[in-house]
Amino acid sequence: MSVLVEKADLSLRYTGHYNEVKDLLMQNSADIINAGRKKALQDFVLQGIPTRVNENYKYTNLQPHFYPDFKFIHLREPAEVDLNAVFRCDVPQLDTYLAFIFNGWYYEKNHQTINLPDNVILSGLEEISFERPEYLEKYGRLADTATDPLVALNTAFAKDGYFLYVPKNTVLEKPIQIINFLQSEKDAFVTQRNFIYIEEGADVKIINCDHTLNLNKYLNNSVTEIFIGPNASFEYYALQNQHNNTTSLNSVFIHQQKDTKVTTLNSSLHGGLIRNNLNIILDGENSSANLFGMAFIDRSQHVDNFTRVIHAKPHCQSNQIYKTVLDDNSTGAFSGRIHVMRDAQKTNAFQRSNNLLLSDKAIMQAKPQLIIDADDVKCSHGATIGQIDEEALFYIRSRGIEEKQARLMLMNAFAHEVIQQIKVIPLRNRIDELVEKRLKGEVARCHECAYNCES
Amino acid sequence: MPDQEQILSRLTKEKYKYGFHTDIETDYIEKGLNESVVKSIWEKKGEPDFMLRFRLDAFSKWKKMKMPDWAYLKIPPIDFQNIIYYAAPKNSQQYKSLDEVDPELLETFNKLGIPLEEQKHLAGVAVDAVMDSISVKTTFKEVLAEKGIIFCSFSDALREHPDLVKKYIGNSVPVADNYFAALNSAVFSDGSFCYIPKGVRCPMELSTYFRINAANTGQFERTLIIADDDSYVSYLEGCTAPMRDENQLHAAVVEIIAMDRAEVKYSTVQNWYPGDKNGKGGIYNFVTKRGICRGEGSKISWTQVETGSAITWKYPSCILLGNNSIGEFNSVAVTNNYQQADTGSKMIHIGKNTKSTIVSKGISAGHSNNSYRGLVKIMPNAVNSRNFSQCDSLLLNDTCGAHTFPYIEVGNKSSVVEHEATTSKIGEDQIFYCNQRGIDTEKAIGMIVNGYAKEVLNKLPMEFAVEAQKLLEISLEGSVG
Repeated sequence: MSVLVEKADLSLRYTGHYNEVKDLLMQNSADIINAGRKKALQDFVLQGIPTRVNENYKYTNLQPHFYPDFKFIHLREPAEVDLNAVFRCDVPQLDTYLAFIFNGWYYEKNHQTINLPDNVILSGLEEISFERPEYLEKYGRLADTATDPLVALNTAFAKDGYFLYVPKNTVLEKPIQIINFLQSEKDAFVTQRNFIYIEEGADVKIINCDHTLNLNKYLNNSVTEIFIGPNASFEYYALQNQHNNTTSLNSVFIHQQKDTKVTTLNSSLHGGLIRNNLNIILDGENSSANLFGMAFIDRSQHVDNFTRVIHAKPHCQSNQIYKTVLDDNSTGAFSGRIHVMRDAQKTNAFQRSNNLLLSDKAIMQAKPQLIIDADDVKCSHGATIGQIDEEALFYIRSRGIEEKQARLMLMNAFAHEVIQQIKVIPLRNRIDELVEKRLKGEVARCHECAYNCES
Repeated sequence: MPDQEQILSRLTKEKYKYGFHTDIETDYIEKGLNESVVKSIWEKKGEPDFMLRFRLDAFSKWKKMKMPDWAYLKIPPIDFQNIIYYAAPKNSQQYKSLDEVDPELLETFNKLGIPLEEQKHLAGVAVDAVMDSISVKTTFKEVLAEKGIIFCSFSDALREHPDLVKKYIGNSVPVADNYFAALNSAVFSDGSFCYIPKGVRCPMELSTYFRINAANTGQFERTLIIADDDSYVSYLEGCTAPMRDENQLHAAVVEIIAMDRAEVKYSTVQNWYPGDKNGKGGIYNFVTKRGICRGEGSKISWTQVETGSAITWKYPSCILLGNNSIGEFNSVAVTNNYQQADTGSKMIHIGKNTKSTIVSKGISAGHSNNSYRGLVKIMPNAVNSRNFSQCDSLLLNDTCGAHTFPYIEVGNKSSVVEHEATTSKIGEDQIFYCNQRGIDTEKAIGMIVNGYAKEVLNKLPMEFAVEAQKLLEISLEGSVG
């Protein structure tokens, strides 16, 4: 019984904290953000912090990660961008519109440097919610608080994050790069809420980089809602590179209207616990969604990729490829669901998860699912968990390449299937290089990381 | 396509062949479930003391459990107090020869095509027929006894071989394994028991036929198969029920234990009454089947053809404990009208070099929902293990659903697990190809479906394969609309 009480206590700690700061949150936020808080908290109370009992979190127990005595950041704190830190995220020859986020707060000085084309708005969510609330009409429409406790918790505490609006037929020549920094003097609980609205015919690429700047424990709970107008094209790259004491919980919701094209790519190079929830609704004909993901984990890291693709309209396509390489005591999970709704005929939906286990202590768990309620469809999923193909290895070795080198080549090839999907060439080259270094063991630690965290 | 619609409507009106009801005097216990009902079942059966403890233990655990809700099924609330937990054809236990058996009963089994009569010895099948949870007659007992094989009703086994039962019951399905297994453990009335001694290869197929006859009853039978070292047995199970408007509950448990190098083949053709075309009536089929490959190099293979039941909730599983042991699961599940099926398999690899295969073919038509749900778990010590799973779904119209929920968990680096699933409808090009060669649409669909399911049907013993094929035809042919 005592365990049960403790678990309830942990959720209570967060609801209790909400009640303490409720007035503070309400007073300092716009109505549109405040509107959902109450219901969100109720939904969180009903669900609690997810444990393995929650089917959607079967392979990721979050309880221990909510346990530390976190500091909450409910008001903007002054922050200064450290150029050295920026340099670490630098991708050579990659020209981007660069914006920073500190502990979930949109960096105020971004406005001075960013130079986006006219009418494109990149701003803080808080700022927009006060100044142009009409843009946030659909806030909270996608991120359902009743089915996911993390979304509920995020909605209850939501303050800031980034807001992007791209008007009709605007093609952004350069990608927008958002760099998320976690830097606090104490262990911190960070809530980030993002909102992206892309109008008809626009073409946008976003690169998201996550970084930690010191060794404190962080829990970053972010929710991003993305609305894609007809005939628009959208690419979303996420690079996760954080230290081993970080818990990174990302929920991304994408709503696609007709004739849209979306590509997402999650590259988890380093992190303590990473959970990527990706929900895509294909809600218009002739749309396509491509979901890619890869993770390289070792020590006691944990990466859980969780996707939901809903085909609500006919003539849509979706394709998912997720790859994980696991070493040491690391654990990985992949849960993917394709749901073809009634009447969403002529759907093509594919999903694949390939996983390599390099150690006997690593554990991989996969849960690919198909829910098909229409008949004229082609759907498939495949999952494999295993090792490098011995025959391929033999083939390479028979050509005079030593085993270690051969293994590297094969692992590289394994990852490359995902990497080659990156359309931003400098970024692809950079990730290629990072992955190769990672596999060689040269960057077993965070890339060029000053902190040699050994936990 | 009007002709297809005609075929569809004709077939959906096709009567459930086994929907008759036999007037036999039946011995009931009053409706409801409580400790005294459990006790009186025990008393009625005259079982040894350890069974009372077993039953009460299960009942007390069941009371604390909740009905599982994780399956992709819409299960209407079941009133467990409105069920008769014990119904037996009267005086069923004293038959010495077939002449004494109630002719009505014999007629029933004849209708079912069960070779109960002596003249059907040539069929080479030993049958244990279970009606309303009571084993009615076991054939071939003597022939089998010569080889040392014990094949009898569970009650007989409790009377004659209590030590064996005590040693193995609850071994692969613990009393509180799940809600329905616990319910079964508390109230099961009869079933089959089978023991194959060391080194014996069972010369014939063993078979059990289950039939629900009385109204308002639930059927709870239990099968226990023990295959000792180096033995082999092939076991068949068939089920039917009369057509009734209300739903009836069937919660069975099957336990298999395979020792060193033993092989057990368990085949099921499940054809409980599926309800009418509006989804009224039908059997709720909640079954727990599990085998343990306890010995080195042992093998358990499940083959099932599921065509009946309003709701099917069934996951025949293998625990591969012994090194080099093998588990197999082959399934064809057909749902039509408003049937729902959530079925699949669990393969738990514990021993080294263990292998398992899962082949599941789902076919959905009408307004039905057909799900595959399975788990492949490779424990860290199960080095060099191997699994291959393939789940295909065929959709015959746009109102049905086909779903796949596999779980894969791998805990070491030397094991390989592969899973693949596809969902599609019958290829119009395939139908066209057949049409072009003068085969009409109905036959073409029959051919395609049969070809699709062949991989699994081939695993069935001959007699069953024929029956299964016929069942498939009745359930499906022409139902592409």
